[in-house]
Amino acid sequence: MESNLITEDKQKNKLEKAFEILKTMASKPSGLIGLTIVLFHVVLALISPYIAPYDYKAISPNTMLLAPSAEHWFGTDSLGRDVFTRTILGGRTALTVTFFGSLIALLWGGLLGIFCGLVGGKIDDVVMRVVDAFLSIPWILAMLLIVSLLGTSTEVLIPALGFFYGKGIVRVARAATHDVIAKDFIVSARARGHSNMSIIWNEIIPNVRDAILVEGAMRWSWMLLGFSSLSFLGFGVSPPTPDWGLMISNARGLMSFAYWSVIAPIVGLSSLIIGINLTADAFAKALGIDRSTKAPV
Amino acid sequence: MLLLILKRIGLGLITLFIVSLITFVGVEVLPGDACTTYLEREAYGAALDACIKRLGLDVPAYERYLDWASNVVRGDFGYSLSGEMPINEVLGPRVKNSLVLASVSILIGIPLAIVLGIITALWRDKLPDIMISTITIFSMTIPEFISATLLILIVAIWLGWLPGIVIIPSDATFYELLSNIILPVVAISMIMTAHMARMVRSSVIQVMASDYVQMAILKGVPYWKMVFRHVLPNALLPAINVVALTIAWLLGGVVVTEVVFNYPGLGRLVIESISNRDLPVVQALAIILASIYVGINLIADLMTLMLNPRLKSLQIRK
Repeated sequence: MESNLITEDKQKNKLEKAFEILKTMASKPSGLIGLTIVLFHVVLALISPYIAPYDYKAISPNTMLLAPSAEHWFGTDSLGRDVFTRTILGGRTALTVTFFGSLIALLWGGLLGIFCGLVGGKIDDVVMRVVDAFLSIPWILAMLLIVSLLGTSTEVLIPALGFFYGKGIVRVARAATHDVIAKDFIVSARARGHSNMSIIWNEIIPNVRDAILVEGAMRWSWMLLGFSSLSFLGFGVSPPTPDWGLMISNARGLMSFAYWSVIAPIVGLSSLIIGINLTADAFAKALGIDRSTKAPV
Repeated sequence: MLLLILKRIGLGLITLFIVSLITFVGVEVLPGDACTTYLEREAYGAALDACIKRLGLDVPAYERYLDWASNVVRGDFGYSLSGEMPINEVLGPRVKNSLVLASVSILIGIPLAIVLGIITALWRDKLPDIMISTITIFSMTIPEFISATLLILIVAIWLGWLPGIVIIPSDATFYELLSNIILPVVAISMIMTAHMARMVRSSVIQVMASDYVQMAILKGVPYWKMVFRHVLPNALLPAINVVALTIAWLLGGVVVTEVVFNYPGLGRLVIESISNRDLPVVQALAIILASIYVGINLIADLMTLMLNPRLKSLQIRK
């Protein structure tokens, strides 16, 4: 009974803390705008299949390149497909892939970083050299190689993106671990004879969690940028899947007389990326972390 | 001091060695070798045998790695599969074109970023800062292919001021290049400037809050003298390293920008070689791009070392 009460209390505290952070984030206009945009996109991604007015893959020669009108709010594209339908559906794949990709990046990057920071020595040196080497390969080259050799299915893309974007988190998690490891409470936990696992779980993770979470949030927006760049270059999701990067690249050639089919996905993708960025920045500020002096690695 | 520089160069070389291993193992482990991916459905019988023989795929992997690596060290990347010509000949003009694009963007971007960063820091939270910072956030978050596409739509199509895409051969002369790269340069330096201006801003703000600047204010040092003598040197120094890291990160964006503008540089070669499954060229590009990254960071480290007398006596920070 008593232990039950304590866990309930803990949970309530956690919820309250999360709510506090949200409130701090929303107290500044940039954070509020960011949160609103992200929320809007998430809701839109969830409900868009039910509210889409047309079939996203219905090709029709009679409705090619129509200008925006009452029937087709954002006009139609070169295959006669409704641009509004494809735009509101266009964020679904991108959001799903990058969200799960960021989770994977966060998990392996964070754990490996904490581990390296904790054990130090030779293992740490070797791992950090390999991470440095991976950092020096431009993301686009690595992603293109993986995708062109393994295919573009989401089962490949999610772990590939997760792996590649996790390498920067290793560094951050390692540095954060170094910061706490010399503190008194770790020393006393060691003196009490706690195991390494228990120290990682109970002492280190709670103290480096904030830094890693902020990295993960930033990673989400970069991953979205990487994912949509891949689609744009023709190495991402395959047609006729509605995807913003793909839509922009298809509509680009005709934009001198059908600009609407390129503007709609541009607005969709830019607003989502800006929204995630503003949210991540506000999140970092709410947790008291300054990201602006760091390089995007 | 000399030891420190040598150590730093050594670390860079180790990183490059690991990159070469990663790309080699990566190409090796992923399904299909250079011949089967290149020949695709015709990969059987005499054609496959001939290709394997030509690329020397019949010897063990580690021997091939040693062979390839020793050639690369001597500056020979071997032969491209699709063009059947030495990779060095393919790379030469592309490297030159990308260098022109990158150096013009950097020459415009860095001074502009410093000026904008200082303005936003000195007028912190006032109108100039809010305006510039808002534009900065937009231009640094929007993907390169979107800002490039918008630039073409607005400047080339709606206003008709400049040609939208670059139509020049890869061996164009320097002058031909310059007149064609205005839009690509704007697209690249926009993002670069935004990233750097943000860093300069927070660096200047940090220094302005430090004790010695407060001291200078109390002593009655004139405002602008204080800014130029005491604040800027101390604020820009730590920014050098971050700027280097950012330039390297932007290499990926340069690839996309070159494709959007059809610019015949290294970036478009990345896409072309991967579409053609020309793995030897991909390997060469990985090494070259990684060398650029390592090189830029090395230069930044050395510059910081030269400019900061305090660091000369210290170990280099990890």
